[in-house]
Amino acid sequence: MSEHHHGHGDDHGHHHDNHLTDMEARVKALETVLTEKGLIDPAAIDAIVDAYETKVGPRNGARVVAKAWSDADFADWLRRDATAAIASLGFTGRQGEHMRAVFNTPETHNLIVCTLCSCYPWAVLGLPPVWYKAAPYRSRAVIDPRGVLAEFGLELSPEKKVRVWDSTAELRYLVVPERPEGTDGFGEDALAELVTRDSMIGTGLALSPEGVR
Amino acid sequence: MNTLSSTPALPRSPLLASAELPRSREGDPVFAEPWQAVAFAMTVRLHEQGVFSWSEWAEALSAELYKPGRRADGSDYYDCWVAALSRLVTELSIASGPELEALVTSWQRAAEATPHGTPIALANDPLR
Repeated sequence: MSEHHHGHGDDHGHHHDNHLTDMEARVKALETVLTEKGLIDPAAIDAIVDAYETKVGPRNGARVVAKAWSDADFADWLRRDATAAIASLGFTGRQGEHMRAVFNTPETHNLIVCTLCSCYPWAVLGLPPVWYKAAPYRSRAVIDPRGVLAEFGLELSPEKKVRVWDSTAELRYLVVPERPEGTDGFGEDALAELVTRDSMIGTGLALSPEGVR
Repeated sequence: MNTLSSTPALPRSPLLASAELPRSREGDPVFAEPWQAVAFAMTVRLHEQGVFSWSEWAEALSAELYKPGRRADGSDYYDCWVAALSRLVTELSIASGPELEALVTSWQRAAEATPHGTPIALANDPLR
């Protein structure tokens, strides 16, 4: 069974994601002109963006997860007030968005999506992967999360519950994957190496220590 | 989907040598928001295709970087980048300034007019 936690509360009124900042609109305008003139191809731009994002982005999030695995007080803080706990490590969103950490357990697997657009915890994960922004993931993650996970090579036991968290402009989620077996005595640096970007979105698990060698 | 999650090689563009470019410890550019990466990627692509030369780019960027009134923490670096790119696009007659400005407001109207839950498309601008 899956549950869909819809975070788009009506209390936010008309203020929602369908608004472009001046710089966002400017970049869109340039992209339109350059595409129309045949000078750029959106796929080529996505490929360049993706190359940087996968390399550079998610190391901050990995530090957060590694600390939560090593320090029970920090994990507790992260559970209660993820925005403050994450900010204590120096990672803050530039748009002042709130963070919530969702912890995987033996009973529950968490998956994050933004069904509306591509809200993403940039401060901890860098830029969203191309597939996260694409319509198939955004629509199917809610309807058929197990099918989506299977496409990422992640088969969960039927007893495990899948919870899907829908990000908004105001509230973004970070999945804290389960700490892998065989990592007793690992320091935070070694643990952080095991935390992949996909494991913090929920489309993967943390690596086992053998997987890194 | 999982084929997309493999890591492609980073393009090594001469634009990586742009003045004041924010970088990670490994020397790769870092972006605070996706539009910054798109602006960077478009510029890399235009330069690769010979639309402008390295020195033309460097000159346009530094003209923006050294304008008075910049933020002290440098967080407006990519605002300057976009201004430099816009300026080159108009100077090279790829688009006129008014044409570009009209598109900016068109995108903003399109965003406001787009129903909740659907991707923003320029065609959603009611005045277009």
